[in-house]
Amino acid sequence: MALEKPYKDVPGTTVFDAEMARKGYHLNQFCMSLMKAENREKFKADQRAYLDQWPMNEEQKQGVLTRDYNRMIAAGGNIYFLSKIFSSDGQSFEQAASSMTGMSAPDYRQMMLTGGRQVEGNRYLSEIKDGKLKTNANVEKK
Amino acid sequence: MAKINSAVFCSHVPAIGAAIDLGKTEDPYWVPLFKGFEFSKQWIKQEKPDVIILVYNDHATAFDSTIIPTFAIGCADRFPPADEGWGPRKVPDVIGYPELAAHIAQSVILDEFDLTIINDMKVDHGLSVPLSLMFGQPEAWPCRIIPFPVNVVQYPPPTGNRCYNLGKAIRSAVEKFDEDLNVQIWGTGGMSHQIQGQRAGLINKEFDNRFLDRMVSDPVSLTKIPHIEYVREAGAEAIELVMWLVALGAMGTDFKQVHRFHHVPASNTAVGHMILEKTK
Ligand SMILES: [Fe+2]
Repeated sequence: MALEKPYKDVPGTTVFDAEMARKGYHLNQFCMSLMKAENREKFKADQRAYLDQWPMNEEQKQGVLTRDYNRMIAAGGNIYFLSKIFSSDGQSFEQAASSMTGMSAPDYRQMMLTGGRQVEGNRYLSEIKDGKLKTNANVEKK
Repeated sequence: MAKINSAVFCSHVPAIGAAIDLGKTEDPYWVPLFKGFEFSKQWIKQEKPDVIILVYNDHATAFDSTIIPTFAIGCADRFPPADEGWGPRKVPDVIGYPELAAHIAQSVILDEFDLTIINDMKVDHGLSVPLSLMFGQPEAWPCRIIPFPVNVVQYPPPTGNRCYNLGKAIRSAVEKFDEDLNVQIWGTGGMSHQIQGQRAGLINKEFDNRFLDRMVSDPVSLTKIPHIEYVREAGAEAIELVMWLVALGAMGTDFKQVHRFHHVPASNTAVGHMILEKTK
């Protein structure tokens, strides 16, 4: 009998469970290496060569090289680990989060300033039409 | 006898730490947030805790994927701030309380809460941001602090019920410690927020306010919230709220609310804050 994973039908959300953690182990450990300044320098000097030192798969490496955080998360990355990449790039959590939503940074900030993304219509995969999540009434009006 | 006399609950958003460190607390964006902590800073000056048991989570800082303790307790003399990728925050080292920490570990493990004992650890924003919010920017933190990390990064975190019962066990452990100590317990993290995926930015003010209501009106009911409800209703990272339940469990049933505050947004997060005092 399989484990129950009710969180699989929450739209736009990947829960970092044991299965994802297994998949992303080397990607996440690569991220941890960026907490040392000397490693950050090596990574910046030649990203591909630095990544090739880690037993990561090509999908994970491409995710990192293109800074596609959704792609990294799908490949087992966890946001707190991935934060070491965007911190090295000088990006904030807010900028990184906005990049995952498909919104521009100013639009995302505006959404947050007007109460954040609403939960109505964003609870279940079945509520999502044309692949787009709701923002909030203030933003949608415009 | 040592006694837990009050509890502080508070979010631990890294951007708040950055705002304090970079002197941006007067910026219009941040003013309303820091206003919510003015009372608290005065309150804690009068309370003068001897020790804080600080329940928080590490964010892939001291713990990476190699070892993931569900519950841990810091038993060292001293815990320096960690470099989280932009250099360590310029905040004082945390001075621990090894005797009390070891005493708590021994007591709660025999009560069947199997803590991981940590004797060497750096602490991240999860611990330092609440301290900055409550104490400002002192040369040294005015009391001793026992870091109490809970795993909420790799799913599943411990259940709310387990956290609440652990809080009760911590309370009875503290009361068996012979020195006269004014102890506080803090629960940090939350409230509603999601910082990953297409659904990032989710906030649920109603959920948060109901949670704050029930902390006082029906605390035990909160132990029945399943993980999926936090994720679906309040965002993937709202699950950090189970850490509040450790502190709430330690308060038992005889307490009163002395302060409550909620603010949206701090970066991607809804900030919640509450102070409870024991009445007996
Ligand atoms: Fe956290």
